Amino acid sequence: MVNTTQMLNKVFRTCPDTGLTFHGPAENLIKANAVAAVVFLLVGGIFGLLVGLTRWQAVHLLGAEDFYMVLTAHGLNVLIFWMIFFEIAVLYFCSSVLLGCRIATPRWAWAGFVLMVVGAIMNNVVVLQGNASVMMTSYAPMEAPPLFYLSLILFAVGALIGCFVFFGTLVVAKNDRTYEGSLPLVTFGAMTAAIIAVFTIVSGAIILIPTFLWSVGIVGEIDALAYRLIWWAFGHSSQQINVAAHVSVWYAIAAILFGARPLSEKVSRTAFLMYILFLQIASAHHLLVDPGVSSNFKMFNTSYAMYLAVMASMVHGLTVPGSIEAAQRAKGHRAGLFTWLRKAPWGNPTFSGMFISLVGFGFLGGITGVVMGAEQINLLIHNTLYVPGHFHATVVVGSTLAFMALTYWLVPVLFRREIIFKGLARWQPYLFGLGMSGVSLFLMGAGTLGVPRRHWDIGFAGTGGITHEFPAAAYTMLALNGMSVIVAVIGGAAFCVIIVGSLLFGRKLGDQKMDVPWIAAPVTEEEYNANGGSAFAIPGTVVLAMIFFISFALYYFINWKYLAETWGIS
Amino acid sequence: MSEQDPGESGPVPMMQKLLDNPFLLLFIGVASPALLYLVWGIMEIVTIPVK
Amino acid sequence: MSSLSPPVKKLWWNEPIHKSELLWISLVFVWGLVMTFMMPYWHVVGKQNLGTETYKTTPADFQQATQAFVDKFTVRNEGPRNHPVVAPPAGGDVYMLGRLWDWWPIVQLKKGETYRFHLSSLDWQHGFSLQPANINIQVVPNYEHVFSLTPTEAGEYSVICNEYCGIGHHLMIGKILVVE
Repeated sequence: MVNTTQMLNKVFRTCPDTGLTFHGPAENLIKANAVAAVVFLLVGGIFGLLVGLTRWQAVHLLGAEDFYMVLTAHGLNVLIFWMIFFEIAVLYFCSSVLLGCRIATPRWAWAGFVLMVVGAIMNNVVVLQGNASVMMTSYAPMEAPPLFYLSLILFAVGALIGCFVFFGTLVVAKNDRTYEGSLPLVTFGAMTAAIIAVFTIVSGAIILIPTFLWSVGIVGEIDALAYRLIWWAFGHSSQQINVAAHVSVWYAIAAILFGARPLSEKVSRTAFLMYILFLQIASAHHLLVDPGVSSNFKMFNTSYAMYLAVMASMVHGLTVPGSIEAAQRAKGHRAGLFTWLRKAPWGNPTFSGMFISLVGFGFLGGITGVVMGAEQINLLIHNTLYVPGHFHATVVVGSTLAFMALTYWLVPVLFRREIIFKGLARWQPYLFGLGMSGVSLFLMGAGTLGVPRRHWDIGFAGTGGITHEFPAAAYTMLALNGMSVIVAVIGGAAFCVIIVGSLLFGRKLGDQKMDVPWIAAPVTEEEYNANGGSAFAIPGTVVLAMIFFISFALYYFINWKYLAETWGIS
Repeated sequence: MSEQDPGESGPVPMMQKLLDNPFLLLFIGVASPALLYLVWGIMEIVTIPVK
Repeated sequence: MSSLSPPVKKLWWNEPIHKSELLWISLVFVWGLVMTFMMPYWHVVGKQNLGTETYKTTPADFQQATQAFVDKFTVRNEGPRNHPVVAPPAGGDVYMLGRLWDWWPIVQLKKGETYRFHLSSLDWQHGFSLQPANINIQVVPNYEHVFSLTPTEAGEYSVICNEYCGIGHHLMIGKILVVE
């Protein structure tokens, strides 16, 4: 027993293409989690197609009962299972691989993985049996079967184990002195995600365990308001894990493709610290029009304590492209404002995916999230389709596309297989990004017209004559949304086909180096310092950032104007 | 040895020490939202008066 | 040494920050202050600030209070569900309850008058969504939410439910009528 453990701890291989060191058990865990992630993305994506085609009133594919069931399954599979499985893979990669050390307690990590798989499958089975159509939020006192809550608890416990394996691996690396000085920035970002994940899962436990006990009759009552408060510490923070994780992935891709280093370690790390301190309190976004919680609570928490976490995101939004610009300029692409950007590898899905993710997350997801998170403006959009519109920009265009982009790079490194269908792969991020941006925009458009979320029929055909007529534009928006869903699903399916196909049929690489360089050499001090160190002046990125800022400010104040036009309320 | 690089020698600044300490960050990352959001929120809900 | 490796300088905290970054950080910090200021500012000058006055109640108590309100001020019955149309005096209290899958009763208000709304649910959570005014409020059982509402235009308004409340969610609709 001791001997096998000792032997396992010594199984390392060096990747011929990247020079990264892989600990055998860590590598297998990363592979398993990443594959599970893609499977649940596929399942959740199919449900998403059905949702989009039902919302399109002229198609109205599913009946009401199926629609609500499929919508529940869609949310859980993509918002929770796909994301968390991939994030566990990212955590193991950023600890064991980037620090070049063995992974701590691989057996526990496998136990966590098994719990997550069991929880995720069990959840799908319970939901698809049809009497757990309670949406992802499962708001008490609406009741789901006990197994629904139990499946989520199992999944969460598994994920929590994964987080602690990550922290344990940081300790291993430190004790074994496999790195010197501070953690790499990308690992630091992953650690931020892991910290948020711990808070998320603890909150989930605080609310889901009593709710499970209530569903089996041991606990008498679940307070609906307290449920909302605590559930959102779980539900919203889980999406903040994604933000921290995909920002780390952006930094990682900038380093992988351009050899970029952060413009300033201090600034980027302090921005992550702002996430650690304040990102999670924005769970209050969901309580802004709730009874019983004071305006002080709402204003303080919804603003992440004076928008410090928003500041952090805007800083990452500058430093990620800024670090790419600096690296490109150092390597000679100095002309004009945007030569560095034009000369970027737009045909490489790892780059295009990452860049679309960055722009989409900022412009579509970030701005709208902050605007609707203003206490009073929330009155206009709470629970309308604007909300899913917003988070399809953050979680899908932002996180999902960033993870897809990284996957194109990871498959040859981890599985030693070449990516197949390279022509399709070149287009995939554009298809998916464009389709999903459409989904986001058209859902938000419908939401501003008042269309409710999670609603099977905005034509009110079954009410016996009491109806509300939404403007024709709302129906157009839902139709355009349906078409965008189709484009996005083609993009998502292309991703699954390319990745699964590559794992099964991609040319085996073995110990041979690939024909193309797979990781950029880090830009050297000399390169950065050439031309009087001008590489760190990043005029192109500053221009882009200013365009972003102006759009943000305009959109922000326009919404206060909209608010001023509605009924007086106090 | 006329001038030492400030990036290479001297005491480690306090903020860097904090950012280099994963478990301290884990603690404040859980405690801070737990107090600001969960505890504050629950306090407000339990003090709602009965009509 | 890229972002995948430990920082180049051991004491990276002492490294200077480049001008472009400093400029941006200052700008977004100030912008954060502006946005922080806007919410309390609107509480002072804006006319749309949802009140947070709330009481613990029970479905039975709230139903009783709503029934009393309906008994007192009903002017007629109307619509396919033959719901009472209730016209409270200007400036008076208004009770409306959400239940599976109905908003009850129909309320008739006068334009420009301010009413004290009492809102709660008899069963699950619901979403009070007043259209096309686009005012959206969460409705939570066992809590009575009290706030003031001032209609600004006459017409027939719908109250639809925008919190998922089970299989009949899309059937849940009510009315508020605003007269001159």
